[in-house]
Amino acid sequence: MVDETPPATTSALAPPPGDEIPQAVIRTRRKWPMMLVWLVPIIALLFGAWIGITALRERGPMITISFKSGEGIEARKTRIKYKNVDIGEVRDVRLSEDHQRVVVSAQLSREAEDLLVEDTRFWVVRPRISGGSVTGLGTLLAGSYIGMDAGKATAPSRNFAGLEQPSFVNRDLQGSQYLLRSEDMGSLDIGSPVYFRHIQVGQVTGYEINPDGKDVTINAFVNAPYDKLVNPNSRFWLADGFDITLDASGLKVNTQSIVSILLGGIAFEGLPDVDPAPPSPPNSRFDVFRDQGRAMKASAMGAEFELVFKESVRGLTVGAPLDFRGVVVGEVTAIDISFDRVARDITVPVRAKLFVDRLRGQRGRQALADGTPFDPRTFMDRLVARGFRAQLKTGNLLTGQLYVALDFQPGAPKAAVDWSHAPPDFPTVRGSLQELQTTVASIALKIDKIPFDIIGQRLAQTLENGNKLMSQLDQVTAPEARAMLSDARKTLQSADKLIEQLGAETAPEVKAALAEVRKTMASIDKSVAQASSPLQRDLRDTLREVSRAAQSIRTLTDYLERHPESLLRGKKEDGK
Amino acid sequence: MNAAKSTMSAIAVTAAGRGLLACPACELVSRPPTRTSSAVNDVNDEGIACPRCGADVHLRKPESIRRTWAFVLAAAVLYVPANMLPIMDTNSLFDAQRDTILSGVMYLWSTGSWGTALIVFVASIVTPLVKLIALACLTLSVQVRSTWRPLLRTRIYRAVTIVGRWSMLDIFVVTVLVALVQLQSIAVISAGPAAIAFGAVVVLTMFAAYSFDPRLIWDPIHSENADG
Repeated sequence: MVDETPPATTSALAPPPGDEIPQAVIRTRRKWPMMLVWLVPIIALLFGAWIGITALRERGPMITISFKSGEGIEARKTRIKYKNVDIGEVRDVRLSEDHQRVVVSAQLSREAEDLLVEDTRFWVVRPRISGGSVTGLGTLLAGSYIGMDAGKATAPSRNFAGLEQPSFVNRDLQGSQYLLRSEDMGSLDIGSPVYFRHIQVGQVTGYEINPDGKDVTINAFVNAPYDKLVNPNSRFWLADGFDITLDASGLKVNTQSIVSILLGGIAFEGLPDVDPAPPSPPNSRFDVFRDQGRAMKASAMGAEFELVFKESVRGLTVGAPLDFRGVVVGEVTAIDISFDRVARDITVPVRAKLFVDRLRGQRGRQALADGTPFDPRTFMDRLVARGFRAQLKTGNLLTGQLYVALDFQPGAPKAAVDWSHAPPDFPTVRGSLQELQTTVASIALKIDKIPFDIIGQRLAQTLENGNKLMSQLDQVTAPEARAMLSDARKTLQSADKLIEQLGAETAPEVKAALAEVRKTMASIDKSVAQASSPLQRDLRDTLREVSRAAQSIRTLTDYLERHPESLLRGKKEDGK
Repeated sequence: MNAAKSTMSAIAVTAAGRGLLACPACELVSRPPTRTSSAVNDVNDEGIACPRCGADVHLRKPESIRRTWAFVLAAAVLYVPANMLPIMDTNSLFDAQRDTILSGVMYLWSTGSWGTALIVFVASIVTPLVKLIALACLTLSVQVRSTWRPLLRTRIYRAVTIVGRWSMLDIFVVTVLVALVQLQSIAVISAGPAAIAFGAVVVLTMFAAYSFDPRLIWDPIHSENADG
């Protein structure tokens, strides 16, 4: 470093007067090694390298995620979060080459590298209110972020296709997913709760319309300890909002919870009275019913039948119960009209689901749970042979709702289930009310046929004739009667005379006889007084005879008094 | 140019030229100790103190070019992470943000605070860089004994030393923010790795400027004069 040396001019220029300029002092000091100063850039380099390497180490892999829409995603602002921990940042948002999708490039941190495997999923989290909770509230203020769920595959990947619907279930969440078939989504959405006895045990994680377009498949995730509760006897139903039903059983209001009223949900429970079955494996398929009642009614052994009614089914609705002595054993599934070519008659075929095992009671349910083989055909045939018939009955007089009553009809004509028909034809009888109605109608018809007007006329005529007859009788018979009466009086007078005459003739004789009797009596008395003798006995006999005679005389007089004419006509022969 | 140079050098009488030492503290001019007069001309003229105030006196700052180079290189090395890495980590309730100096400037610019953006940009990015370049050029020019515009180069050097202490603006901002915004769980600001690097850059450039001896700018002119 010679260039640092100041110009050596001391020799060239004379030094100034030495007295005026003091001499510098020498201080002995420890000298720093010359090269020590180079430690500074070396340390700086090491420090810089360390900082740089740390920063580079923190910086993980770059990944690309493609989405359908870039809504809410901003370069250098949108974060990527896993379990709500920041693991990266979006660096770039571009359109894909075919301009169909949005390609998001993101810088992830180092610790996320292991999580980036083939089936790792990404989705955009935007604020949403569903599933009983407000999620992504933070995104309202801080903007959307990209959520991540680590996959289970082992092959690493750097390019991903983002989900359009956020995933609510992390893969490491314990539990099982089930596939539920439903007629419609109701008010369900991703994140809607799944209830078991009003406790939230899971949530809806996805849905899709089935290829045939007839129903939807809902993916429901049930969290870990509760997924054991899902077994083949479990019944799922939509627990959304109010369920108000007005049917043959009356008015019913069902709800699950306030949250589900607002947001909808799915509930499930096991069938009552069935011993718990082993849990269903994940991804088992279940049907979702519209409400709890239907879910509980439904059963695996429910067989479809067709009930052909000839009367009106007004008041019968789809869902109306099939009732066996007050127990619901099925429900109406469809009501149709068909033209019977053979009979040239229009009939109303009602399709109904009959839960045959319900008719078998506890034993049947047990058999169902055990899986014991059971042939519903022979069972039904036996019942029908004993007169088991379907009949329409009025369930509610106010609403006029009808239900189908199943019962034994002893007097029913012979019939059998027509198994050849699909669904099998189940024999029906006319409804009791209907029967009554027809009877009354036929009576009324007969009454209607009676010619009351003619009868009235005739009656009037008859009465008139009677009247005439009476007056005629009056005129003709009255004088005759009078004559007849005077004749009778005459007859009576003559009878009176006769009796008087008789009295005059007979009285003295009777008197004489009595005097004789008295004499006799006196003599008897004497003789009695004299001695008890055969005379006395004779007298007693005589007296008895006399009293008999007197009695008969009295009888005679009596009779004569009552029947004086007997003197003329003799004693009347009456049957007595 | 030649004329100006010659006029200047004609009147130039330097302490070193006269073989004298000027005290940087009390400005007393002294003669080097006679015993070590050979040593005065040596590069390692350490150990000589002002007879009046006791400050170290040198003909020229020892190891000036080497030290300046060392500090400039160290500053240049750290300049890279200072600008590439985040200087400030902002963790708020909804957001986590790591800002580098440049992203901060861009944010200020995009939100319309052009004036602030410009100040931060100049103070934090341009100034250290310009300082580094200027010091490197000065040191290089001295090393090759350039005679080009000594006056301009001296002015540049003065500017560098004056500006040096104001480059800490970013560090001030970060320090204040880190101290103020410590609302746990709502918002926390912490200094990033670049803050250390940036502070080091500023300090090292100041050291470099201090190590540089502006008198060396003029030495070639004197020697040229003397030779001529």
